[in-house]
Amino acid sequence: MALTGLDIFKLLPKTNCKKCGMPTCLAFAMQLAQKRAKLDACPFVSDEAKQTLDAAAAPPMRLIKFGQGEHQVQVGQETVLFRHEEKFHNPAAVAAVVSDSLTGDALLARIKAVNGLQFERVGLHLGVNAVALKNDSGDPKLFRDAASALKQHSKLAVILYSDSADAIQGALEELTGACPLIASATQSTIEAMAGLAKTHKCPLAVKADSLEALAELTEKAAALGAEDLVLSLDGLSVKERLYTWTKARALALKKGCRALGYPTLSLVDQGDDTRQLADAASLLCKYGNIVAVDSVEPAVYLALLTVVTNIYTDPQKPIQVEAKLYEIGEPDETSPVLFTTNFSLTYYTVESDVEASRIPAYILVVDTEGTSVLTAYSGDKLNEECVKAAIDKFEVESKVKHRKMIIPGYVAVMSGKLEEATGWEVLVGPRESSMLPKYLQEVWSK
Amino acid sequence: MPIPELVQTHAGSVSRVTLGATKEQGGTRTHTVTIGGAASVVYGGLPEKAGDRPLIAMDVLDTRPDDWPESLSQSFDDVMDSPGKWAAKCVECGADLICLVFDGIHPDKGDKTAADAVAATREVLGAVGVPLILWGCENADKDNQVMPKVSEAAKGENCLIGIVEQDNYKAITAVALADGHNLITGAPLDINIGKQVNILVTDMGFPAERIVTYQSTGALGYGIEYAYSIGERQRLAALSGDKMMAMPAICNVGFEAWRAKEAKLADAPGWGDVAARGPMWEATTAICLLQAGADIIRLRHPKSVAIVKNFIDEIW
Repeated sequence: MALTGLDIFKLLPKTNCKKCGMPTCLAFAMQLAQKRAKLDACPFVSDEAKQTLDAAAAPPMRLIKFGQGEHQVQVGQETVLFRHEEKFHNPAAVAAVVSDSLTGDALLARIKAVNGLQFERVGLHLGVNAVALKNDSGDPKLFRDAASALKQHSKLAVILYSDSADAIQGALEELTGACPLIASATQSTIEAMAGLAKTHKCPLAVKADSLEALAELTEKAAALGAEDLVLSLDGLSVKERLYTWTKARALALKKGCRALGYPTLSLVDQGDDTRQLADAASLLCKYGNIVAVDSVEPAVYLALLTVVTNIYTDPQKPIQVEAKLYEIGEPDETSPVLFTTNFSLTYYTVESDVEASRIPAYILVVDTEGTSVLTAYSGDKLNEECVKAAIDKFEVESKVKHRKMIIPGYVAVMSGKLEEATGWEVLVGPRESSMLPKYLQEVWSK
Repeated sequence: MPIPELVQTHAGSVSRVTLGATKEQGGTRTHTVTIGGAASVVYGGLPEKAGDRPLIAMDVLDTRPDDWPESLSQSFDDVMDSPGKWAAKCVECGADLICLVFDGIHPDKGDKTAADAVAATREVLGAVGVPLILWGCENADKDNQVMPKVSEAAKGENCLIGIVEQDNYKAITAVALADGHNLITGAPLDINIGKQVNILVTDMGFPAERIVTYQSTGALGYGIEYAYSIGERQRLAALSGDKMMAMPAICNVGFEAWRAKEAKLADAPGWGDVAARGPMWEATTAICLLQAGADIIRLRHPKSVAIVKNFIDEIW
């Protein structure tokens, strides 16, 4: 929990020695509270004050990393319950399960299927974030062999799922340097698992059936020197998990409960693809940081990875597309030209409606700093000048021989000025993008 | 280890709205349904205080749609010329409500008359026993002309009718009041406008506890985060005691989700078979919005209805 200036003042020497550069200790405390000064600037601060302030400055939820290189996963350090309060910081990780009950070609085929869960949509690359290797066989040797196959055939971050410390140890030896997440330690294995986590410098998930038991385990693990922890629930239904994770997030952020200030791990393996999709999607929203899914159906991952992208979008920062001349289909010199703004939602809506018309066209995207048509127009970020500049910059006049520009219906009012500025004939398109197919087919084609 | 208590006290809760009227209540529905009542944020309190189960309304159009992808339309191909048969099939698929959408009255989409719309309404009322949602074509002039006749034809059935918007609410609010229906107030992904419309219609004497709110929905991948955050903010406002924000919410998932490339593109290597992918996209959109507190979800595909209903059964 953040301390106020007065809380901090009580911990300072109160000598007003000015060595920190401030006129008084109180002024220094106020600067510290606003994070504009560092405690080190005070030469006389007590160790006790240091500890208290360090603890208060630590984030309420720990940041956990596993995997390595460009496939490293980083989750946690969230600061809010609702994305509109600020934003969610570190996108949740979606993992696909690989079972060690598979061997040989079947195992390789499964690893290959997981590696292939990669997608391109609306100009973004999405891919599965991790592999959850499960010790279904119960045999440490098979687990170790599967870990070795993973190391050889996949670059993805690994979660080692086994209740056996022996199995985990063998797999860790195969995965030297790969920094997998160990899942999971229970009440009875905590000493052994924490020891492995510490030796191999890996994060450790702890597993129990209640928040009280989890809090006890995290304290114990931390005392044993394993501080990079992840919470996991054992034997609870999806409903119970959703309620429990929501409570854990609130306790960590609102009540400063450090023992629960860790990201969460959930395994979704009940039912068919659609049930797993539904369960995983809800857990990604409420408050799963790592969700491992048993299915390897691509459509499931396309949807889940899109959920993460959307929910973790910064609400303060509209997503933009590059301002340029986009070709839809294979337009030629007689194809229609439309303009719209570079707010990605606006652009992709227009793009999909133009595509639906089946008429090849050019979409000229004008840079409006990521605002929609009406917002841009009212803020003077969309006017005849910037449309003209875009026509020139992207050499639209060399692409088509006609001089007709279809403009969004909402800015019909700029027609006159735009015609004057560009010398183009302005055609006022529909207000709603969804009417574009009809407009292009009926109005343009005439 | 003991953990801190998390005491949640809220000044307000989401209001409850009952839809439909049985014979004893002056209608012809076989049963009524009730939505709303949540007294905490989603999963943020005791499960007993989560309010009523969210419901699924399936879309039935008054005209055979010509822009539905095949993977969607094939489920209803044999009944799309008859709103009554279409609705009956939806009820078989598990629809809690039928949302009769008067797309065909739109001047650009068929320009059907009030008489056509009334006939479709009567046909659906006769074909199914579930309560009805009557949704205009979202062309203000045409809705004002046609929806009063539709409302009158369904008088006594305690339907949910809409939508009314900031600059066009008087005509439909007045008929909904006169014919004893519940009202959908709409806003373009703007929580302040949403509240404003609620104030405008209650100022006309429409009871706040018979209103359901609608914010234009974004599909998964196409702006769902806006609708998601508005849903969460609306729930928080309701819990804080703001009566003009305490209405249950409806989301138009089917229409939005089936516009997405991910739902309808058949030729998409590496994205999985479109027959499964389309319903998954629609269902995932719905499930995300349920996390933000939606009370009624409009859906289109029987498979997505099954996915979402299974999820609701699991959680509520």
